[in-house]
Amino acid sequence: MADTKKSTSVTTRPAEGPGGLSESSAGLLRELVAHLRQNRTQLREEWARRITRAELLTAMTEEEIFAEATAVYDNYVEALETGTFEALQAYSRRLSERIIPRGVETDEVVGIVLLLRDVLARSLFNKYQDNVEKLNRILDSYEPAANRIANTVAVGFVEERERIIRQQQEAIRELSTPVLQVRERLLILPIIGVIDPQRARQLTEQLLRAIRANRAKVVVIDVTGVAAMDSGVANHLVQTVEASRLLGATVIVTGLSPEIAQTLVTIGVDLSEMATVGDLQGGIEEAERLLADRAPPALQLRELPPETNR
Amino acid sequence: MEVPILRQGQYLIASIQSALTDADLSHLREALIAQVGRSRCRGVIVDVTALDVMDSFAVRTLRDITHMARLRGAETVIVGIQPDVAFAMVQLGLTLKGVATVLDLEEGLAFLDGRTKERTLEVKPRRPSGRG
Repeated sequence: MADTKKSTSVTTRPAEGPGGLSESSAGLLRELVAHLRQNRTQLREEWARRITRAELLTAMTEEEIFAEATAVYDNYVEALETGTFEALQAYSRRLSERIIPRGVETDEVVGIVLLLRDVLARSLFNKYQDNVEKLNRILDSYEPAANRIANTVAVGFVEERERIIRQQQEAIRELSTPVLQVRERLLILPIIGVIDPQRARQLTEQLLRAIRANRAKVVVIDVTGVAAMDSGVANHLVQTVEASRLLGATVIVTGLSPEIAQTLVTIGVDLSEMATVGDLQGGIEEAERLLADRAPPALQLRELPPETNR
Repeated sequence: MEVPILRQGQYLIASIQSALTDADLSHLREALIAQVGRSRCRGVIVDVTALDVMDSFAVRTLRDITHMARLRGAETVIVGIQPDVAFAMVQLGLTLKGVATVLDLEEGLAFLDGRTKERTLEVKPRRPSGRG
């Protein structure tokens, strides 16, 4: 603890430091920070103006831009002064939370941070234009810190975005596999969208669990909402049908589109074991017929003429 | 580990309580087939609710029991396969083709009631069956 404090004070309070190179670069940084504090109003306005001119952050009003610009500016100077980035990180995370829902893009955020870097660098050029050697040394201590700040803000923004995307993926995945009970012992599983192996597996697990929980006898899997199916997914479907049978449920697949039907036959997936009906309505009718026979459905055990069923 | 075989009306119920070795399975098969004839029963229920693994030998034994019992005049139904076990089985290609499977013991009894009734109707259509 004491060590960190000391090393921080080395960069910010050169008089207490061990001297040498770090003392002079820390001194320069201090001078730089003082300069940025002094010209706060003017530089801030310049920056906000350039943001507007570059047509960044178009989703926000000018007042909002100015307010955020002020906050970013102060955090920026503070990070330069202390050499610690935690506060800036936290701020950029909060900022991202606020602005991502408003449709601010990554390039805009990176753009405004780089703009601030340019604005500040240019003010340094103006201040030290008579003393090139000092300008160089000032820039030497300014540039790494400035780059790191730009990095921190951009990474914070992207991380926040990724977090939101992950959250949404999770939500979509949970929403995408409803197993519905239509009536006693009859379940419907409508599948909509793209089926990848992971989702296929999840579908199967949910279905098998639902069969057990609802004591289902018949399941209608409706694939009207599935645009394409490859052999992997088709085979998974066959496996699902077989696993359901092991739990005592008959599966009817409905809504195979003409494209999928052609694909499956062309690539030679064997669906002969699967009961398929054209549309969901037909599937449910077939299912009710199966359920109406109180005797269990013909499970290929023995062929019986239908008349003998009571 | 001996599997208890209980008699319930016209049916035999073999309830597997824990994981079985291959020898246990063979023994179960022999005991069941012997009892089917001895007790003149019409149906066999094998309850596998307690099994959380089903290997190829177990699947083959269950299939053999079904076919052998049918030769001896009894229908067989496997009950209580767990969802995870079912999925693992189909992934291994062990689908118990030609073997009746239902959810649990209750369903199994209902299934056998239905089967034996059908068969009575089929074989002796004019004589009313004694059971419901």
